[in-house]
Amino acid sequence: MDITLESTTAAKIARALSKGRSEAGSPAMDMALTMVIIAEEDNVSEVMKAATVLQHEHPSRVLGVITGSKKRDSNLTARIRVGAGSPGESVLLRMSGQLVEHAQSVVLPLLLPDSPVVAWWPGKGPLVPAADPIGQLAQRRLTDAERTDHPVDWLKKIAAGYQPGDTDLSWTRLTLWRALLAAALDQTTGTVLSGRIQADRANPVGVLLQAWLECRLRVPVEFVHTPGPQVACASLTTTEGDIRIRRTDTMTCEFSVPGSSSRIVPIRRRDIAELLAEDLRRLDADEIYAETLAHLAKDSGRK
Amino acid sequence: MTNNPLRDPRDRRLPRIAGPCSIVLFGVTGDLARKKLIPAIYDLANRGLLPPGFALVGFARRDWEDGTFAELMREAAKAGARTPWNETVWEQLSAGIRFVPGAFDDDEAWVRLATTLRELDQQQGTGGNHAFYLSIPPGLFPTVVSKIDQHKLAVADQGWRRVVVEKPFGNDLASAKDLNQLIGNVFEDDQVFRIDHYLGKETVQNILALRFANQLFEPVWNSNYVDHVQITMAEDIGIGSRAGYYDGIGAARDVIQNHLLQLLALVAMEEPVSFDAASLRVEKQKVLASVRPPTDLDRHTSHAQYTEGWAGGEEVPGYLQEDGIGVKSRTETFAAIRLDIENRRWAGVPFYLRAGKRLGRRVTEVAVVFKRAPHLPFEHIDVTELGHNALVMRIQPDEGVTMRFGAKVPGTAMEIRDVNMDFVYGGSFVESSPEAYERLILDVLLGDPPLFPQHTEVELAWQILDPIIKHWSRKRRIDKYPAGSWGPQSAIDMLAADGRTWRRP
Repeated sequence: MDITLESTTAAKIARALSKGRSEAGSPAMDMALTMVIIAEEDNVSEVMKAATVLQHEHPSRVLGVITGSKKRDSNLTARIRVGAGSPGESVLLRMSGQLVEHAQSVVLPLLLPDSPVVAWWPGKGPLVPAADPIGQLAQRRLTDAERTDHPVDWLKKIAAGYQPGDTDLSWTRLTLWRALLAAALDQTTGTVLSGRIQADRANPVGVLLQAWLECRLRVPVEFVHTPGPQVACASLTTTEGDIRIRRTDTMTCEFSVPGSSSRIVPIRRRDIAELLAEDLRRLDADEIYAETLAHLAKDSGRK
Repeated sequence: MTNNPLRDPRDRRLPRIAGPCSIVLFGVTGDLARKKLIPAIYDLANRGLLPPGFALVGFARRDWEDGTFAELMREAAKAGARTPWNETVWEQLSAGIRFVPGAFDDDEAWVRLATTLRELDQQQGTGGNHAFYLSIPPGLFPTVVSKIDQHKLAVADQGWRRVVVEKPFGNDLASAKDLNQLIGNVFEDDQVFRIDHYLGKETVQNILALRFANQLFEPVWNSNYVDHVQITMAEDIGIGSRAGYYDGIGAARDVIQNHLLQLLALVAMEEPVSFDAASLRVEKQKVLASVRPPTDLDRHTSHAQYTEGWAGGEEVPGYLQEDGIGVKSRTETFAAIRLDIENRRWAGVPFYLRAGKRLGRRVTEVAVVFKRAPHLPFEHIDVTELGHNALVMRIQPDEGVTMRFGAKVPGTAMEIRDVNMDFVYGGSFVESSPEAYERLILDVLLGDPPLFPQHTEVELAWQILDPIIKHWSRKRRIDKYPAGSWGPQSAIDMLAADGRTWRRP
C-alpha cells in the first residue's frame, strides 16, 4: 500500500509505517537492516527499483533521501510503501529548505532498532563517507566511483578518508575477475613473476585490479591503456607459463592457464541490485579492500 | 591451493570455485537427474562456481549422440533452473558435455567411457578429476561399482576419483553394511559422498547456528527444561508415480532412516569441537549411538496406510488403490516412533518422530517442547489456555523459527494465552538462495565433506530402525488413516499414553 504524507515529521512517518504494516496483515516483519539511499531526482526511480530487488535477498527498510533546494521553506514529504509485492518497506523522503542540512534528524528516528544500517550514495558521494551526517549513522557506507566525473582520481581521494565499513561498488564489480584469477592460481603451481592489466585508464575497476594484484602478489603489474568500458585483459606471467583472462565480449572471456588449452568462461556484468546484494552479505569491514585502496593511494603518491 | 597469494581468509567475497573436473552421471534419464541435478549444475555454472572446463558425461543405454544428449540436458536445465536463463553460460557448459551409450554391464561401453575421460582430461583440462554420480536404483550399484573397479576408473595417476550415492543407503543394517563394503572396496572412505539432500538445506544448517551461535537457547537445551521433542515430516501428496520405488520401502526406510534421524542428531548432539567434517561426525555418531528404540514397540510406535478420502479439496485414492500397488501391500505410508536418548542431557526426554504421505499439509519441522513452569503464581482459571512453551524450527516450507509462549490477553482480568513469535528465515529470499543440490554438488567437487553422512552414521541409523521395522513386519494388519488427516488413531494414542499430544504443524 502507498501512503503519501505532506509537510510531515519522522514521528508521523513512523506511525504510518506501523499502521501500514498492521493493515497489510503482518505487524511484525523480519527485516535484517535499514538501508539509507542518498538519491537525486534523476536517479531516484532507478535506485528505488534496485532497492526493491535487493529486498528479496535482504529484507530491509529502505529510506530514500532526496534533498532539494535550500532556498525554499523547510518541508518534508514522505511516500511510504508497505507490502505491495516487496518483502520490506520503503519510504522516500523529500526534503527542502533548512532541513536539507539536517537530513539525519529525519533518518535517525526511522532506523530499525539495533539492526545494521547501510548508507548508499548511488550518485556522487562524500569524500569522507564516515564523516557525513548520514554516513555516521551507518555501519556500511557504499559509494560508487563510476558515477563521478573522474572515477580514478576520486578513488584515490576517498582512500585518504577511508574508515572500516566503507566500500566502493567498483570493488564489488571486480569480484568476478578476482575469483577467476584466484581460480587460475589454484590451478597453477608456478610463482608469479609479473602481471599486466589492459583496461581504460579511467576505469576504476581496472585500477583497483592492478592495485589488488600488486598488493597480494608483491610483483610489478603493468597497466596498458586500452579504451573500452570494461577490463579487457588480465594476465600473470608465472614460472610455469602465462595465465591470461581476456574478455571476448560483454558476457564471456577466454581463460588460459599453463598446461591446458584455453576455454571460454562466462563473466557477466552484474546489475546494481546484484552488486548491492553481494556487499550486504557481509556487514563487517572489508580489510582486503582497505589494503587495496591504501596501496592505490600510496602508489599514486609515488608517481 | 593453500599458498595461493590471491586467497586470503579475510577475503569473504571470493567464491569457492571447484578445480577442473567432471561428473559422470549414471541414470541421466531419471527424475532426479532431470529435475534436480542438471538444473543445479546449470545454476552453479551461472553463478560462476563451476571451474572453467567443467565436463559432464552421461552414461545410459540410449542411442544418443553427444549433441542429442546435450539438447535433452538443455531442456532439463532450462525447465528446472532457478537462476535466469543465459544461453552463453549454457553454450560454455555444453562444450564439456559427452555421452557414452551402453548398458552398465557392457565392457565395451566402459572402455569408451575410459577413453572419453582421457579425452576430456586433454580437451577440457579436467586433470584426472572425476566424480561418479550414481543416480540409479540400488540394485544396479554392484554392477556399476564393480565395473568402475574392473576398468580401473576409481584410481587415477593424477587427480581424484569420487563417488556420489543417493539414498536409500540399503534397506536394513545388513544390506547397508554390504553396500558400504562394496563401495569401500573400490573407493577410499573420504571419497564417498552420500547425499542426504536435507543436510544441504540452509534451514537444517541453521539448526547448528541457532544452537551454537547463541547464548539464549543452549542453557535450556536439556532434560531440565525440555519436556519432549517432536520431529515431523509430512507430505500432502500420495506416492504418485513412485509406486515401484515406494512399495516395500515405506515411510520409515524412506525418510526416517535418513532425514529424520539426521535432524534428530543435529538437534540432540553435543557441541562439536569445530565445524569440520570429522568433529561433526564424532558428535552425530555419539548421539545416534545413544539412541534407544522403545521397549514396548506396540505402545510407542505406529504405522499405517492412507485410505481414500478428501485431501485439500480433492478426492484422492487410498494407498491400496494407487497404480502399481498390490491390494495386499502392507507398506506403511505413515510411521511414528518414540526414541529415547540415553545420555545425561536427554535422559527422560522422548523424541517423537513421525513421517507420512497424504497428511494435512506439507511441512517439515522440529518442535522442542518445554516443561511447564514449576510454579504458576496465577489462579488456575487464568492459565487454562496456557500450554507448553515451544521452539519450532521450520525446515520447509516457510523456513524459520517460531517461539510459542504465554502472554496476557489484553483486558482487566489476568488471563494468559499462548502466542506465537515468528522469525521467517528467508521466506522472502528463497528464490536466490542456492538449492540444496547446488551446495552439495559443489561440496563434492571441492571435496568438502561436512554435510555428507558417513557409513557409520548410516549403520547406526539402521541399528535404531531395524528392530522397529522387524516388529511391524511380523504384524498381520496395518492401521489406516483417511487421506488428508494427521495420521491414525494409534499415533494419537501413542502420545496420549505418555500424557502428551502431537502438535498440529
